[in-house]
Amino acid sequence: MDACDISFCGETLRACSSGALWWEARRTLVVADLHFGKSERLARRGGALLPPYETAATLDRLAAEIGVRAPACVVCLGDSFDDDEASRSLAEAQRLRLAALMAGRDWVWVAGNHDPGPLALGGRHLAEWHTGPLAFRHAAVPETAAGEVSGHLHPKLRLVARGRVVARPCFVHDARRLILPAFGAYTGGLWTDHPAIRDLMGPGACAVLTGRPCRALPLAAASPARAAG
Amino acid sequence: MLPEPFAGWFARRGWTPHPHQLELLARAQAPATLLIAPTGGGKTLAGFLPSLMELGAAPGPGLHTLYVSPLKALAADIRRNLAAPVAEMGLAVRIEDRTGDTGQAQRARQRTDPPHILLTTPESLALMLSYEEAPRIFGGLGRVVVDEIHALAESKRGDQLMLGLARLQSLAPGMRRVGLSATVEDPPALAEFLGGGARVMLADPGPEPDIAILETQVPPPWAGQGGRHAARAVIDLIAGARTTLVFINTRAQAELFFQALWAENDADLPIGLHHGSLSREARARVEAAMVEGRLRAIVATGSLDLGIDWGSVDLVVQIGAPKNVKRLVQRIGRANHRYNAPSRAVLVPANRFEVLECRAALQAVRARDLDGEKRGEGPLDVLCQHILLTACAAPFAADALYDEVRTAGPYAGLTRADFDACLGFCATGGYALRAYDRWQRLVERGGKWGLRDPRRARALRMNIGTIVDPETLAVRLKGRGGAPLGEVEESFAATLAPGDTFLFGGQTVRFESLREMVVEVTKNPVRDPKIALYAGTKLATSTALAERMLRLIATPADWAVLPGYMRDWLDAQARLSALPRPDRLLIETYPRGDRQHLCLYGFAGRNAHQTLGLLVTRRMEMAGLEPLGFVANDYALLIWGLASIADPAALLGREGLREGLEGWLGENAVMKRTFRNVATVAGLIERNLPGKRKTGRQATFSTDILYDTLRRYDPGHLMLRITRAEAGRGLVDFGRIEAMLARAEGRIDVVRAPHVTPLSAPLLLEIGKVPIRGGAAETRLIAEEADRLLAEAGLVP
Repeated sequence: MDACDISFCGETLRACSSGALWWEARRTLVVADLHFGKSERLARRGGALLPPYETAATLDRLAAEIGVRAPACVVCLGDSFDDDEASRSLAEAQRLRLAALMAGRDWVWVAGNHDPGPLALGGRHLAEWHTGPLAFRHAAVPETAAGEVSGHLHPKLRLVARGRVVARPCFVHDARRLILPAFGAYTGGLWTDHPAIRDLMGPGACAVLTGRPCRALPLAAASPARAAG
Repeated sequence: MLPEPFAGWFARRGWTPHPHQLELLARAQAPATLLIAPTGGGKTLAGFLPSLMELGAAPGPGLHTLYVSPLKALAADIRRNLAAPVAEMGLAVRIEDRTGDTGQAQRARQRTDPPHILLTTPESLALMLSYEEAPRIFGGLGRVVVDEIHALAESKRGDQLMLGLARLQSLAPGMRRVGLSATVEDPPALAEFLGGGARVMLADPGPEPDIAILETQVPPPWAGQGGRHAARAVIDLIAGARTTLVFINTRAQAELFFQALWAENDADLPIGLHHGSLSREARARVEAAMVEGRLRAIVATGSLDLGIDWGSVDLVVQIGAPKNVKRLVQRIGRANHRYNAPSRAVLVPANRFEVLECRAALQAVRARDLDGEKRGEGPLDVLCQHILLTACAAPFAADALYDEVRTAGPYAGLTRADFDACLGFCATGGYALRAYDRWQRLVERGGKWGLRDPRRARALRMNIGTIVDPETLAVRLKGRGGAPLGEVEESFAATLAPGDTFLFGGQTVRFESLREMVVEVTKNPVRDPKIALYAGTKLATSTALAERMLRLIATPADWAVLPGYMRDWLDAQARLSALPRPDRLLIETYPRGDRQHLCLYGFAGRNAHQTLGLLVTRRMEMAGLEPLGFVANDYALLIWGLASIADPAALLGREGLREGLEGWLGENAVMKRTFRNVATVAGLIERNLPGKRKTGRQATFSTDILYDTLRRYDPGHLMLRITRAEAGRGLVDFGRIEAMLARAEGRIDVVRAPHVTPLSAPLLLEIGKVPIRGGAAETRLIAEEADRLLAEAGLVP
């Protein structure tokens, strides 16, 4: 799989083209914003009946990444489920599939704004997880020590390369913090020049595009964007 | 003869009723009639006379006649035009219009106290039919008049309207229908579309139009659609006429030509500009100036195509080939909007191929041979929307609705299986994985289907309509309270960098910033703006017109009608290569520079050639033939690459192309856009409404994701079936590729020329070249760009 190494707080972290983050030294795989059960939640609320396959699609991609990396630990950075009800009503086949992925490894569910409570699933349930120089939490906090790894914002970058417009989910980071793109199938994004992202990033911030090629660019290179898309 | 007060009113005006007006009156009790009469033939009055007579001087309460037109502006125009005769004859008939522009208070009043005659659009009718009060509003309806029905029949709006008429007929069994149309290629088919067993009534078509093709001092350029070479000549035409309508095919071309006209406008003739990207205020200003006779000419796009009456227009100029004979006839009819006066029109070919196309169009008009693609079966996404809206009004029985729907012309052949698939989609989503049994949108209670949650009716009503606009952004002058100028397509806005200039509304503006959903610009009087490419729809030359062109090219004896430079061009082609022929397919190959070229003269229209270019280059890539790019126009496809093609015919195997369409094209952006339209119309997703669209929340995501997910996990889903069916027409237009190959039946002539051939030369100058995209190319582009940006930022790649 295509990937791009990021030096962050003395550690080497690999931003994968899938949107997952691989911490080789700790054999730890990090994913953000899986949003399992999103279509079911919309339907329950009387909204659109979207194709009910996003949980299967997200699990397929997660299984592929786990198959390649064989992590000792998997960290889900919150909003793993679209709401608590979604975690309870996970279909049996998908529950079994998830259990098979979790078997034999440490699994950390970090709480998100969509799924604040502990989930009826195995693994550890934490509000934040601190290990080594890094702190894993769902949403970036304004004042924080260096080494914060978060999700929540679904960053997405727009690049105009010789007239061709490319829009991709992306990682963004500066010396102090790193924000992962959303890993879930049915997730939109926030353009990297949105104040919610821009105001968090210091000078010299970089983005890493997901997809191929998985490349790092200065964040300032992003083309001025509209609202989310 | 007419009774009073109608006879007196006609007499006071010195008018005699047209025979078709009297005939329609005589047949006022017939269940359905399609009246075909030329523009200016008093069609609309013919449509309303029976209603006015039935209503008379002391009409009872309630809605008597519903008038449906494709344009909001037309509904308002008709209301104004009817007001005068109604007042002059002392009729106590209340006439109101009801469109998307109608205010809340008036809408609410119309629900409780409808007028005698209501003028509306298909979308507003669909909305009214979704109200619980629909049976009360429409129960006493006597007549429905569908104006410009040929225009409605060209799109899904017509399908939606016909479903609406089927509903109305159930609510008001005595309702009679009248369809009005000027230009029809196949009257019986249109009568079938109107339904109700409609009979056709043909009025006297009037005198032959007086059409000429403009011969300029300078021959038109080899390529391009702008017609700027003719600006001087067109100014002279405008100066010699009272009022001129100048039609041009796209908005960007309208902007450019408008600018070119003003550059030649020494006498400062008042000339206005009108197209769909301009703000409503700007359009209204131009329309008002036209009505008051303050303009000598308007440069316009299709936004002015339909029958609003401008009265004094005596000349129509068509810049660029008309692409479609029916549209040309419609446009020509705008000159001398009076019965029995010939329309005067001038065609201005914008390039050499268009000289041939204009000539072919002229022949077709004279032969009264209108083209028209055959109408397909009623689309199922429209039916899905209709089912959901029907449920908004009241629960329904599936059997009864199925029977009702089949009384609508476009759905006469609907199978029960397809109906049930649509009902299933509306109720449960229709997925192979039955995930939503608890959360169905429609549930069956006591044999009737209704909304599970009646509060959803509001959201469903917000989604009414079958036109899914491309995502557009508002354009405003920068600064506090900057004036709105109109809108541009999002894809165009995405290519702008601060400082870029483009033409908009006849002035050059400078792009400053994109804030929220608004393109902020400043006025900038520079001479040469970056060209505005907010292209709008590109029409493809119709099949009938393309065939006429082919016959003209293949018959040197008929070239006498062509200017000398055209004969020289075709002579050179015959000498150096060969002439394309109707019953064969000509392919040329030749080297140029370090590249090999392949030119295929399909005459199948721009969209089909574009699709063929995608499919053939894909096959070339798999065969190691290293294609670099291609370009298509309405007449031919030109491909270039590194390798010479030994056997071009092998690239055109029908099976292989089909396979490519199913597989690779499935990932194409055009298919994704088609899916987005289908999914929006059917109600799978809610359309982005102004004011509530993407607000920077990360929750919204692209429909491309839904498309990819369905293709992978539920490939047989109804939405994909509909998307594939649409791909056969429209932007993908695969049907015409197949027709072209069937026509040639393997009679493919390959000419190996030593250098560029005369007929293919214009394609080298054509804009819109498509580079071969794909993993490798895009990867290299991004990598290069990333290196450059890192270097620029002082970082090591």
